[in-house]
Amino acid sequence: MRLRTWVFIHKWTSLISTIFLLELCLTGLPLIFHEEIEQLSGVVEAPAMPAGTPNASLDKIVQSALAAQPRKVVRYMFWDEAEHPNITMVSMASRVDAPPDEFWTVAIDSRTAQVLDQPNDQGFMAVMLQLHKDLYAGLPGQLFLGLMGLLLVIAMVSGVVVYKPFMRKQDFGTVRRQKGRGVKWLDLHNLLGIVTVVWLTVVGATGIINTLDPIVLAVWQNDQLADMVKPYKNAPPMKDNGSVQAAYVTAKKTAPDMTVRLIAFPGTAFADRHHYTAFMKGSTPLTARLLRPVLVDAQTGALTDTREMPWYVKSLFVSQPLHFGDYGGLPLKIVWALLDVLAIIVLGSGVYLWARKYMRHREAQGVLAEAGTEEAQRTADAPGERTGVQVQ
Amino acid sequence: MKVWFWPVVVGMLSAIGLLSALLYDGLGDVVSWLALLVPVALSVWHGWMRRNAADNHRA
Repeated sequence: MRLRTWVFIHKWTSLISTIFLLELCLTGLPLIFHEEIEQLSGVVEAPAMPAGTPNASLDKIVQSALAAQPRKVVRYMFWDEAEHPNITMVSMASRVDAPPDEFWTVAIDSRTAQVLDQPNDQGFMAVMLQLHKDLYAGLPGQLFLGLMGLLLVIAMVSGVVVYKPFMRKQDFGTVRRQKGRGVKWLDLHNLLGIVTVVWLTVVGATGIINTLDPIVLAVWQNDQLADMVKPYKNAPPMKDNGSVQAAYVTAKKTAPDMTVRLIAFPGTAFADRHHYTAFMKGSTPLTARLLRPVLVDAQTGALTDTREMPWYVKSLFVSQPLHFGDYGGLPLKIVWALLDVLAIIVLGSGVYLWARKYMRHREAQGVLAEAGTEEAQRTADAPGERTGVQVQ
Repeated sequence: MKVWFWPVVVGMLSAIGLLSALLYDGLGDVVSWLALLVPVALSVWHGWMRRNAADNHRA
């Protein structure tokens, strides 16, 4: 392709997506630190107890949740021992098949089964998350932002192609400060753009994959999950769920090297009507993300099946940390935020450079047009006297 | 090629930084912080701290 074509691609993919990418960079900034911000704003903690205090049965924890919210049902239980030690989070809803954005979280002490808190206030972080995820526009909004991510990736690739002709005559890192603001910001745009290109492309591409999560879930439900529960296709409906504690024990026994991250209850998006699905996580940074489903018969507590996730679910799981930057402690988050600020400067300077050029162009056209009007007036003032000057 | 030397070095360091913390705890995290700090440091140094030879000629 010719250079002009690449410049055209870079200009238009950027111009169309910039306003949304700026929005994503700005809302993403606090989201990088969501765990720290939640800690500071006072998240509930389980009281100190002697080490080795045994955990309560999960069935008892379910009872506590139902006692706190008698009109709701339990859909998920999940644990994060690093962030919320000794707390079982119970996610409830009005019905087991209620939409995924309807949920009510109850935090329960894993040892005493006492309700500690019901952390459901929709604060600043929830607004940031919604704006970042789908602009409050549901799945269409989410997929639209994915499309903007695609434009970002195209803008990055075309940006790399057009980088070379700009840099042919100067050394890496040159910023010509004495040659006017336009030249200075062009050099800064090139410098910051080229050093952040790998990071920003990875964050953009993994962001696109994250926007596809409802599609990935639907494919998994119809593919692997449907295949694992095939023997239950014609089984009669259950009267009520059996013991979740029994399912937990079976899951631990099935994958002894792993810990339970989440249990999905029968009839939810991650299980069929006859099973609890336990999602197990490994102990290394990578295997902690690659959850493994263990399906347990909800009535008998016996293992039905466990498999490795298919490649498309694994891609989604690996994309999450690479997008969030939450896999290397607080220092990595700080570096992530600094790179995010650089990305904001690249986006902003890109718009500035375009606007500057555009205004110059308009100005030039304006001067021409003005000259044209003056000329026309002069001709009108002196009828019959043709100047012979043709205005372009 | 001269134009691409530093961009390729920074790009490879970024890739190492992105992956090391994902694959290894401990040292992997430290490598990741340092490697991903390189693009930030280069931006700040060249963009706002250093005066260029070209500018010094003119000054």
